Amino acid sequence: MSTALFRQTLPVLFGYLPLGIAFGVLFTAQLDYGWWYAPLMGITIYAGAGQILAVSLIAAGAGFLEVFVAMFVLNSRHLFYGLSLLGQFRGAGWRKLYLIFGLTDETYSVLTSRPRTGTRDKEQRNDFLITLLNQLYWVVGCAVGALLGDNVAFDSTGIEFALLALFIVLSIEQYKALGEKFPLWTGALAAAVAIALLPTAHQLIGAVLLVTSSLLVQYCWKTSNSTEQPHG
Amino acid sequence: MDSTTYIVAFIAIAAVATFATRVIPFLFLSRHYEHPLLLHIGRYLPAAVMALLVVVFLTRFATWTAPVFGADVLIPCMLVALLHLWRRNALLSIFVGTAVHMAIQQTHLFTS
Repeated sequence: MSTALFRQTLPVLFGYLPLGIAFGVLFTAQLDYGWWYAPLMGITIYAGAGQILAVSLIAAGAGFLEVFVAMFVLNSRHLFYGLSLLGQFRGAGWRKLYLIFGLTDETYSVLTSRPRTGTRDKEQRNDFLITLLNQLYWVVGCAVGALLGDNVAFDSTGIEFALLALFIVLSIEQYKALGEKFPLWTGALAAAVAIALLPTAHQLIGAVLLVTSSLLVQYCWKTSNSTEQPHG
Repeated sequence: MDSTTYIVAFIAIAAVATFATRVIPFLFLSRHYEHPLLLHIGRYLPAAVMALLVVVFLTRFATWTAPVFGADVLIPCMLVALLHLWRRNALLSIFVGTAVHMAIQQTHLFTS
């Protein structure tokens, strides 16, 4: 493996180690399970915000339907990463499945922005190695954090706030990328309605359904308006 | 269901749901990726979901009774937002906000 390849993954190393450690500490602080479940989640689920949300879902004893919907919706942005890589992953053979599995925000940004000079086959092998290194950093971070949380005694009351802080940061990043505020208001309003009307266990699903249907209605309204324009 | 069965099933379901979001485009959408409805949802859903999660967890974590009135969570939330708008360093914003919230909780700043 070339050092140039390793250097391309360095920003991910610096991001994944501390975030993985934060997840591991949160996991052992909030839950009464063995530390090894934290790296196991890093190996099988491999999603930063998803795993952090999973901690509070496990703590709440969430039903499996809610778990599926919550994880699917939280990670739904990944649906749109794949669309831009359909061509790039074509013909990658057995590596393709792992390339798709490992498509996190960070890996996506490295794979779509790195220089490609070699043959298609060589570059796909490099994509594979980058994806593998990134997941290695993440799993090591999860394990270190969980071991720290298990062995170093400290008062972790309030540490679950990290989840809320992460969502605030991601909201700001989404706003900066879009330059539009209305999706944020739609989401906040849908959550407020769901909290007012539904019991705690169904608030998340309720709010997500409400938000998705508002976007559908808005889309229909927009297209019907634009098709009427030629007549008016 | 005992707790080991629960967490193993939980991890399996979470893994399948996460993998589904990554594999679906390669399975079904390769011919429809330019459909305007998909583009519309793909553009706005992530931002809406983030704001939704902020509101849901803000109401769950905060103490809404007197004399706190949510300040234990609202103050560190505003700190995270301002810090992130200023420095745009995700880890810094999350770390400082969490440390401040933990300090408020552990010193009972608003309740004693």
